[in-house]
Order: sequence, then C-alpha cells, then structure tokens
Amino acid sequence: MEGFPILSLMLLVPLAAAVACLFVDAKAARTIALIATLVDLALGLVLWAGFDVGGAQWQYVERAPLFAGFTWALGIDGIALLLIILSVFLMPICIGASWNSITKRVGEYMAAFLLMETLMIGVFAAQDLYLFYIFFEAGLIPMYLIIGIWGGDNRIYASYKFFLYTLLGSVLMLIAMLWMVNQAGTTDIPTLMSYDFPAQAQTWLFFAFFASFAVKMPMWPVHTWLPDAHVQAPTAGSVILAGVLLKMGGYGFIRFSLPMFPIASAEWAWLIWGLSMVAVVVTSLIAFVQHDMKKLIAYSSVAHMAIVTVGLFSFNVQGLEGSMMLMLAHGLVSGALFLCVGVIYDRLHTREISRYGGIALNMPKYAMLFLFFTMASIGLPATANFVGEFLSLAGIYQVSSWAALICGTGIILGAAYMLVLYRRVVFGAQVNADAAAMPDLDLREWLMLGSLTLATLWMGIYPESFIAPMRQDIVKLEARLSPDAPQGDSRLVMGDPQPTEEVQAHEGAH
Amino acid sequence: MEFKTSLGLIAPEILLSISGLVLLLVAAWAGDKASRAISVASCVVLGACFFLVAPTLCAGLSGPDTVAFAGLFRADAFAAMAKLMIFAATGAALVIAPNFLDRLNSMRAEFPVLMLFAALGMSIMVSATDLMTLYIGLELNSLAAYVLAAFSRADERSAEAGLKYFVLGALASGILLFGMSLTYGFTGTTSFDGIRVALTGDISLGALFAVIFVLAGLAFKISAVPFHMWTPDVYEGAPTPVTAFFATAPKVAAVTLLMRVSLEAFGTQSDAWRQIVIFAALASIVVGALGAIGQTNIKRLLAFSSINNVGFILIGLAAGTPQGASAMMVYLAIYVAMTVGSFVAVIMLRDADGRPVENIADFAGLSRTKPIIAMCLAAVMFSLAGIPPLFGFWGKFVVFQAAVQADMVALAAIGIAASVIGAFYYLKIVKVMYFDEPANVAVGENDWAHWGLLIISTLVISPLGFLLTPWLGGLADKAAASLFLAI
Repeated sequence: MEGFPILSLMLLVPLAAAVACLFVDAKAARTIALIATLVDLALGLVLWAGFDVGGAQWQYVERAPLFAGFTWALGIDGIALLLIILSVFLMPICIGASWNSITKRVGEYMAAFLLMETLMIGVFAAQDLYLFYIFFEAGLIPMYLIIGIWGGDNRIYASYKFFLYTLLGSVLMLIAMLWMVNQAGTTDIPTLMSYDFPAQAQTWLFFAFFASFAVKMPMWPVHTWLPDAHVQAPTAGSVILAGVLLKMGGYGFIRFSLPMFPIASAEWAWLIWGLSMVAVVVTSLIAFVQHDMKKLIAYSSVAHMAIVTVGLFSFNVQGLEGSMMLMLAHGLVSGALFLCVGVIYDRLHTREISRYGGIALNMPKYAMLFLFFTMASIGLPATANFVGEFLSLAGIYQVSSWAALICGTGIILGAAYMLVLYRRVVFGAQVNADAAAMPDLDLREWLMLGSLTLATLWMGIYPESFIAPMRQDIVKLEARLSPDAPQGDSRLVMGDPQPTEEVQAHEGAH
Repeated sequence: MEFKTSLGLIAPEILLSISGLVLLLVAAWAGDKASRAISVASCVVLGACFFLVAPTLCAGLSGPDTVAFAGLFRADAFAAMAKLMIFAATGAALVIAPNFLDRLNSMRAEFPVLMLFAALGMSIMVSATDLMTLYIGLELNSLAAYVLAAFSRADERSAEAGLKYFVLGALASGILLFGMSLTYGFTGTTSFDGIRVALTGDISLGALFAVIFVLAGLAFKISAVPFHMWTPDVYEGAPTPVTAFFATAPKVAAVTLLMRVSLEAFGTQSDAWRQIVIFAALASIVVGALGAIGQTNIKRLLAFSSINNVGFILIGLAAGTPQGASAMMVYLAIYVAMTVGSFVAVIMLRDADGRPVENIADFAGLSRTKPIIAMCLAAVMFSLAGIPPLFGFWGKFVVFQAAVQADMVALAAIGIAASVIGAFYYLKIVKVMYFDEPANVAVGENDWAHWGLLIISTLVISPLGFLLTPWLGGLADKAAASLFLAI
C-alpha cells in the first residue's frame, strides 16, 4: 500500500458523494450515502490491515505543498488510526439510523453527514497544524445545519449554542497556533510534538488549546452546550456528536496539549483533575434527575469524558491507554444508547422517560440489546467500557489517589442512573397503551445495534487488538511526559525507607 | 521629458477623466435613452484601465521611476493593486445598477458618469503622495458619492442618505483639512516624504494633534468606530447597487490611503498612532458585531458587517509591518469579493411587485424557494464569519498572523475572540434562510449578468478560493514591498 494515497481517497469518497447527494432525490441520496460510507469503512479496514504495528510511528504519510505555507500533510499513528476506524464504523450506522426518520430534504441531510465524515477523518489524519485547524473548525458548519434543520423543537437555540461555544473555544487556539508556528518555524505536527516551547509560553499555549478542547470534550463547566445539542439533534446527529465529535477534544489533548506543552500540562494537571472530579460527580447527579432520555445519556457522556481527561492527565501508560480505550468504548456505547433511544423515539415521538414502561413485554429483543448497552455504559467487565475505565482509574491512582477515589464514584453513580433509566423504560407495568403497542426491532435496527454489540464485546474481551496499534505511541508519549510528570501521592513506601531503597522505589514507579 | 513620463504614469487616470467627460457630453445630448449604452461604455473604460494598471502590479514596480509630477503622485505596485480592486468593484456595481434603477424609474444617464468620476477620485487617492493630491482625490470621490447616495430622487430614504452623507462627509473633510493644515504648519511641507523626515524624533504636541486629526478624518471615510455613525443610515437609504459600491471601492481606496498616510507620512511616529489604530480596530470589531445583532434590514446589517471588517483590516495596520500591509491587501481583496457577493445576492431578491426585498424576515426559507441564491448567501455569511474552509477565513488568518508576528498576541487574541460575536448575526441570516419556514416573498427572475457575478464571487470565497492564495499573496507582497520601499 506504500505510496498509494489511501487517506486522501478516504477524504475524497464522502466528499464526492456529498456533492452528488445534493443533486439527486431522496431515495438515491440514501443509497449514495450508504454506499459511500461503506466504501469508506472498507478503506478504513484496509488501512487497519495495512497498518504496521510496531513499525514507523507515522504511516501512510502524504506530503504535498499546497499554498502560502500550507501543506497537504496527512499521516496517522496508532491513536489516529483507531479514531478513524471508529468514525468510519459509526458512519454507515448513522446513515442507517436516518434511513426512515429523516423525510425532509434528504439530499442535503446526507450531504451534510458525508461532509462531516470527510472533516472528521481529516481532523484525525492531518499532520499540518493549519490543516488540522481547518478540518476541526469546518465541522461546525455541517453540524450547525444538521441540528438546525433536522433537529427537535428547540433546535435553533441549540444550534446557536453549539456553534458559538465551540467557535469561541477554537479561535483562541488559532492565535496560539500562529504563535507556535512563528516561534518554531514549522507547521508540521510531528516536529512540533517534540519541540520544546519555553516554559512560560507553554502555560499560555496550553490554556489557548485547553479552551478549545475543553469545550469540545466537553469538560465541566463548559459542557452546557452538549445536552442541548444532543437533545435537539436528530438521532444520527447525536450518535456522531457523542461518538466522534467529543473524541476530537480528547484527541486534541493527546496529540497537542500533552506532547507539545508537557511542562504546562503537568503544572496545571490539578486543574484538570479538579474539573474532572467535579464533572464526574455533578453531571452524574444531574443525569440522575433527568426526565428526558437523551439528556440523561448526554450528561452521562460528560461524566465519562471526565474519566477520559483524568486518564489523559495521569501521565502514565495505563492512564493514557485507558483513556484512549474509554474514548473508543464510549464512542460505541453512547452511540448505541442514542440509537436505542432513537429506536423508540421513532415509534412514539417522545423522549420522556415516563411515557414508556414495561416495553420488555412487547419489545423483548430491544430490551435485551438495550440492557447490554446499559451494562456496557456502567462498565461491566467483558464490555469495552470496563477496560477503559479500569485502566484510566488505575493510571490516575498512581498520581492522585483522591482523583481516583472521586472519579471512581462515577461508576457507582453511573450504575445508579443507568439502571433507573432502564427499569423505568423497560420494566414495570405497561401504563401507556401506545408504548405497549410498539413493534420490536426490524432488520435495519438489528443490523445497526448488532454490529455495535459485537464491536463492544470484542473490545471488552480482547482489547489487545485495539491497544496493540497505539502501544508504542503511548510509550513515546509517556517518555515525553515523564520528566515533568507530577509526583504521585500513592506510591507505596515500605517500613522505614533506607536511601538505597528509596532510589529503588523511585525507579520502580517509572 | 519629465512631464511626458509623468503623463505616462497617470495614463489610467487620464483615460478615466477623458472618457468621463466625453460620456458626460453624450449623456447631455442623447439623454436618458442612452443610459444603458453609457453604462456599457463605462464598464469598457474601467476594463481598459484595469489592464493598463495590471502590468505595474505584476512587475511589482516601485521606487523613483513610479513618481510623477515631482512627488505629487506615485503609480507603484501598491497603488496598482488598490486600483485593480477599485475598478473591479466599480465595474461590478455598474453591472448590477441599471436593472435595479430601472425598476425604481430612476436610471439616468449621469449615473455611470458619476461612477467613473468616483473611480477617478479613488484612483488619485490611492496614488497620492502629497496632502494636496490626497485631498483632491478624496473630494472628487466624495462629491460623486454624495450624489450617488441620493440618486433615487423619488425615495425619501435615498435623499436622506445623500444629505446625511454630505453633511457628515463635509464635517470629516473639515477635520481632515484641519489636520492637514496643522501638519503643514508643523512640518512646513505637504509631501509625504517631507513630513516623514520632519517628524523624525520626539513629536511636538501640535504635530500630534495634526496626526490625530488626519487619522480621524480618514477614519470617517473608512467608517471605523467612533466615526461610523453615518454608515448604517447611508447604506440603508442609498439604492442597493450604490450601497454595494460604497461598501467596496471607497473602502479599498480609503484604507489604502490610510495605510499610505500612516506608514509613509507618519511612519516615523508609529508609536503615536498605533494605540489609536488599535482602539479603532477593537472598537470597530465590537461595535460592528454588537450593532448588527438587532438589525432587521439586510443593508443595515451589512453596513455593520463592513464596520466589523474594517476593524479586522486595521489590525494589520496596527502591526505596521510589511506582512501587516500585505495581509491588509489580501483581506481587502477577499472583502471585496464577499461584499459584492452579498449585495448581488440581495439585489437578486425581489417581491412580486418588483420591489427589492431588504427585510431579513422575508428571507425565511429561501433555501427552498431560491436554493442557489440561498447557498451562495450562506457561503458568504460563513465566509464573513471567518469559518474555514471558506475563503474569508484566509483574510482573518493572514491579518492575525501578521499581528502575532509583530508580537501583538494580545491584540490578536482579543480581536479574534470578539469575532465570535460577529459570527452570531451571520449565523442568523443562515438560520432564517435554512431553518425557518418559507415566506415566499422573494420571486422574480434574474439575468445572466447577475448570476455570473454571484457565481464568480461565490467561487472566489468558496474553498476553491484557496487556490488563489499563492497568486493573491504574491501580489499583495509585491504591493506591500513597494509601499515599504517607498519609505
């Protein structure tokens, strides 16, 4: 595959299909979108199969000078590979989820989604700082239109909030990027990842990037756009938002903030931990009292992403691998949960929890899959979330036992609100006749949820397939971070330490 | 010999003056019947001037060879680039004007002639290297512009716009003249080079006032805050093609004039004016953004948008470096394309009686009734908001890059954060067109000239515009280099 521009092709396929969708009728647009996303999925699998685990850090590299200092620079490491696979895996499912539920302006809808796919892959594959920014920022336009045109009742407010919040976050990042390029004299991301910015400047740069990624992630207290956007977006919009767009924040941290500003990252880690601890507890409690299913899952997303951030800022291999795993797992599971909500929303057109109840009787297959994803979200072993949460918390425990303790409560609280949600929707008496009359899953829904189930199980039972490609990238990142990493408060100290033993213990901690 | 060279350097201006005068005679003899023919002839003249000027820019001419009339006038690459934008924008306004004015029954033969004289005035402005030349060019342009603003005589708003523009423009000219006389008094010369030499070192209080008054007068012309108040009223009242003209060509001329005055004449006192420019830049960005939020008329909204854009352009001036000047030229070129696109799209919308649709609420659901216009207008709006991958992003990008390279990170950060406010009202237009139910107000067909202009300007600001960046950046660099070489 060497030399063949497969990444450019992956960007081009959905883009071309997006343009085509604008000019055809609804039926053809659906077909084109499905074919294009499946082709991209196939290309993604080719990408994965051809990825040389343990080989060069950056593979499938493409370089072409564009204009005025911009370079068409693409290339992926294991981290980007996995996130690209996640994106191309979720896209056909999104198209499937919109198959019947979107009836107006189908061509434009599919075009917006396909454009979104191009931009998401672009974000993860870009190796030029400005190219990354263009992809990162351009994603606002299709998402704004998706929420605003095909969203729920309060869609206008949600679309504005989504757009302006994320825009404000990213423009500051642009200024930081301009400064960095001015300072370092290159826009090449791999070079910048090993460039040592002055410690004083790192703090400013860190916060400029933080403003963008924290909003995208989203971290408490700038998470408030997320519940609105999720609730108002159409089902597929929520899936892509939770599945991939939030991951851009985590990807930003792992690709930019940590390797480019290691000193500032370590210095301000307490802030991230603090915000994450608050987020886990507060948003879990908020999720607990929601009446709206989508809102509940949206808040649970914020809580899960907070565990991702503590994992990222634990500065060790377990934490970083765990947060990557949790991002992938959350992409699958929360996407699946939004689909589960979408399935019954399509039938009853309400997201009120109290309008449902006892649907296990008339929708047993649905109840089974919903239960599976509920358990996965709680972090049951053998599901993907367990791997991610366990590793993230194990990682943060080494540097801050308090953060580990408080973030650990997120799992308990998560179990509480998810089980309550499940009980109220699926079990109990059938109080609403229309809910009791809903038909069970059809083939399309089976395919969507079934494929997500398999992927979640695979990731939970044999996570090595996913950890292997990114292992050496994580090790490199850890090596970059370790000189400045904060000292942990939970290192074991045996008895009365002698000087020699202390040295040994110190060595052991690394 | 010397005189002949000078005449050669001002060939475009001579062509403009002579054809303006000839066409004026034609208009006097042939009357309003010939107005379309005169419009076409004026476009041809502008096109000819365009090609007369283009070689100067492509060759990047600068230095003593470009100086005409012993330092009164300079036809260098910098002036050439501004002139190209001015002629192109004037030509675009001339293309869209006849149909519009016909529908209002106010198309008269002197309209294209006035446009030619305005273009001539602007052409002199951007080449001026002496306060006298500056003032002649500025007033020639302004006098034509006052009449153009009031051109739709039957319309009260148009008359009001003309009057308002005239009164406030005269005041600004007075301020400018006062500043110029102070400058002359404290430096003993009206030539930019002479002023520059005379102002070296510590600045006296009187000379400082001179700088401030000159800048204030010019700030009025570019409608920078706090001298922006006339803009929304004039833009709303003037006939839409004239508004499109006001928002493009005179802006380019006044901004380039401001660049020449501040970087060349007052170049040694950049510390004295830099804070003024920074204030005007940030205030324009914020006021332009906040003022636009409550507007219901698209022309008023675009007026505030132009104030907002001037703020971004001034950030490049605050940097005061060749990169900053080059960035300003790039921004201006993109701004002209965006503004032409937005006004052409607005002009193409008419209700059943043929009256122009200017109320933003009447744009509702345009994406379903007029999908192509809606898509072009949405692209323009996202571009004005500076969202990549649209080309408007590039303008902001180079300006902020110049500011960061000049170590003005704080200015860049505040400016770009304030641009988010602006995004709000651009989004509002997109929201009305795409999210709301159709109002079915805008009907009516348009001719190929309008479609052509709309499609061209949309293509320029679309992501395809990025293909232009090496070329545009190269030209802007040449222009900026010639400006700084002149110093």
